[in-house]
Amino acid sequence: MSNASPHNTGGPSLLDRLPASIFPRVTGLHAAALIIAILLIGLLIIPVFQVIYVAFLDPNTGALTLQNFVDFFRTSLFRESFWNSFYVSAMSVVFATVIALPLAYITTRFNFAGSVVIQSLGFIPLIMPPFVGAVAMQLIFGRNGTLNLLIEEKFGVNIPFMEGLNGVILVQSIHYFPFILINLSTSLRNIDRSMEEAAQNLGSQGMRLFRRIVFPLAMPGYVAGAALVFIKVFDDLGTPLLLNVNNMLAPQAFLRISSIGISDPMGYVISFILVAFSIFSLWASFLVMRGKDYSTVQKGGGGLSRRDLRTGEKIAAYAVVAFILILVLSPHIGLTLLSFATIWSFAPLPDGFTLQNYVVMWENSKQFITNTVIYAGIAAVLDVIIGTAIAYIVIRTGIWGRKSLDYLATAALAVPGVVLGIGYLRVFHSIDIPFTDKPMASWWVIIALALMIRRLPYALRACTAALQQVSQALEEAAESLGATKGSTIRRIVIPLMSGGILAGFVTSFATAAVELSATIMLVSSESDAPLAYGIYLFMQTPSGRGAGAALGVVAVIIVGLGTFLSQLMIERDKKFKSTDQSH
Amino acid sequence: MTNQMVGIEINDLHLSFGETEVLTGVNLDIQPGEFFAFLGPSGSGKSTLLRSIAGFGPTPQGSIHIGGRDVVSLPPWKRNVGMVFQSYALWPHMSVRDNVGFGLRERKMPASEIAPRVDAALELVGLSHLADRMPNQLSGGQQQRIALARTVVVEPEVLLLDEPLSNLDASLRVQMRRELLALQRKLGLTTIFVTHDQEEANTTADRMAVLDKGVIQQIGTPQVLYDTPENLFVAEFLGTANILGGQVESNGGAKRFRTSAGDVLPLSDGHEGAGSIVLRPQNMQIVDQAGADTLPGTILHREFMGSQVRYIVRTSGTEMIVDQFHHVGHDWRDTGSDVHLKVNTNEAVIVAS
Repeated sequence: MSNASPHNTGGPSLLDRLPASIFPRVTGLHAAALIIAILLIGLLIIPVFQVIYVAFLDPNTGALTLQNFVDFFRTSLFRESFWNSFYVSAMSVVFATVIALPLAYITTRFNFAGSVVIQSLGFIPLIMPPFVGAVAMQLIFGRNGTLNLLIEEKFGVNIPFMEGLNGVILVQSIHYFPFILINLSTSLRNIDRSMEEAAQNLGSQGMRLFRRIVFPLAMPGYVAGAALVFIKVFDDLGTPLLLNVNNMLAPQAFLRISSIGISDPMGYVISFILVAFSIFSLWASFLVMRGKDYSTVQKGGGGLSRRDLRTGEKIAAYAVVAFILILVLSPHIGLTLLSFATIWSFAPLPDGFTLQNYVVMWENSKQFITNTVIYAGIAAVLDVIIGTAIAYIVIRTGIWGRKSLDYLATAALAVPGVVLGIGYLRVFHSIDIPFTDKPMASWWVIIALALMIRRLPYALRACTAALQQVSQALEEAAESLGATKGSTIRRIVIPLMSGGILAGFVTSFATAAVELSATIMLVSSESDAPLAYGIYLFMQTPSGRGAGAALGVVAVIIVGLGTFLSQLMIERDKKFKSTDQSH
Repeated sequence: MTNQMVGIEINDLHLSFGETEVLTGVNLDIQPGEFFAFLGPSGSGKSTLLRSIAGFGPTPQGSIHIGGRDVVSLPPWKRNVGMVFQSYALWPHMSVRDNVGFGLRERKMPASEIAPRVDAALELVGLSHLADRMPNQLSGGQQQRIALARTVVVEPEVLLLDEPLSNLDASLRVQMRRELLALQRKLGLTTIFVTHDQEEANTTADRMAVLDKGVIQQIGTPQVLYDTPENLFVAEFLGTANILGGQVESNGGAKRFRTSAGDVLPLSDGHEGAGSIVLRPQNMQIVDQAGADTLPGTILHREFMGSQVRYIVRTSGTEMIVDQFHHVGHDWRDTGSDVHLKVNTNEAVIVAS
């Protein structure tokens, strides 16, 4: 454990004899913990608190005041935005539930051959950033989109799927329903069959059984998923922006800061409301979940009993699954069509197909793609380094305050990208880039750091899971053979964690590559812009939509490949570890 | 809580999971008020048989009469059969009181009647003070008792216990099996108890059925099954058995058993023909002198077990397990020494094969 050099093994060094209370013994790990703490405080806590603080400052006098909030609620646009954000989030939860509930129910209660399809339904939407699909959705479901043109021809009516808030709700619920599907299916699957049988044995059946036993036991999973959907939709900037719906909170914050400037207090008030809602939703779902770990599956048990579907039911089940599959795939289909389309306007399908969009995209987007690789690469590398360090410090050491590192890093989940972006603008506006006189806020490195903070929670989870699988005995064996702490970590722990670390890297990289909400605030010039911002720019003009879609396809491929690779690595790692155990 | 005691009669029950037959031609007649055990290794079909009495799993062929009523095609909620699950299956989102009252509420009983009956049931298992706890605040033994209270409070006609003691630690298991038996006697409730542990079955059951591969091997009191197993499976499954193959021969007027290795043991009785002789470790003594009823052997191994000393003795045919009582001052036999095994053939059982 001691960091003493081999030269002074003869006796305690001067340092060792100093009282520990005044001169604490500092090891490499202590130093690492301190550096990480400083980084997290500087890059997450200070910017967020700065934003909250400014929301309570009088912009002219600098005195503490509630006047900004009064002004906010006196402005009808803001009241409307607040209500719209709330309405869109709540309705997205409702529609996501409508999509997820039948799927979860069919897979967990019946022997259904289509379950594999449903499993993939769970992640197809997640590999596409919602704003990427938004424009494609316009072309399919919009006023002059494929579906409405067909309906109008047949029935002479036009259904406003994509009008205003409806569009945001549709895009968001299609994108985020997997959170509910995954959580709800897991908690349904975790109900042991005996829970249901015990109730039947005591005389319960049918809907009563469902209402009194199955439903309450599945509730925590549903609430967790629903809260996540609510927060994600409430905080999202990209989708409303791409759909040109500006009367919501996140777009208002963006527009105020980008058009009026960083001294306008309304952006901060909105940020405060976004953070408060995030924390409130997480806290509420935590309250509902507390003491309710209802996972009751016994060893050898297999969840609720499943029955075979009758022919009629089977047809209905396949119809539901097919309908939802088409709905869920529509952004992907629309995006692909658009990327190969010559002209697609006022027609159910494009007029013709071409590769020209990809050529245009490639000629104009090299800079975007290079920037993305650099930013997401830096963010992901830092994420796994910090994630590994935090995981090791939390799990394997007794360093004071180690848990708070974990909490701090995870807290990034509750901070909307817009808020982090505004915080960085505010904090780094007044600090110059080293050796220059330009403000740090317009430096591209800041974008990479924001992405790093945003994706750290994902990398941290992957690294923690990886470390938990490495038995401490393996480290102790190395130490007993004379390896120092540092050498043990380098030669034993990190190689054994490599699968999980790599998976964390890929997840962070892939999701950072398509992040829009924080980057859109921080991009100061087009030459510094990453891919997601590029898509946004392309989509601003009708002529750029084709190339924008092509770039969107690139983004989907990056995230899809990333998801696939990280899944592969986790599986490989599991296999490797399990064969390891048998020796 | 008094009950009209009912019996259970099962006739020619067959059950398959797809292609695999898990119960084959089960016939059983369980008396009213009896404490009956299903004993068998895992995969023997004992739990499946219990579950089909409760109405879980695929509908079997054959009949199950409870108190004269054929229930084989009834759903579980119409059978009035109380089952205690191996995992206890207490609902984690309900308090102890709500768990116990669940069945009564399902029976549309007014709340004013439910409360006193729930209290009485909790009183019965001695856990009245835990009524407002949640299940995850209870120990394993307490959960077990609550599960029992939840089942008996609805006054079922029969009580089914699926490995009720397997999730408890060893000392609690002994205590709980006594409490279970006492409760069963008090309620006079016809009870079936599934276990893979012969000690549990032996100490509690009035009678038991030994199952293997979905077939009932033998039915009887624990003592009858131990002393006179009808086949080698029952002989080996209950206690320790040394089994020597061979045949019963006639020797003038008397009978004798000739082992496949050629050793001969006199018998008082037995049907002539091929068979096996079953010898319990306590059916033999280690002696120095050869005789008409001894087998020669060499001591391979010795284990001191407290009240007795267990020897592994190599005889001409097989290795035999022989237990000798341990008395202070008695010398133990050394490994490697040549000895003779005196067989009490009147305690031995011949199983035809």
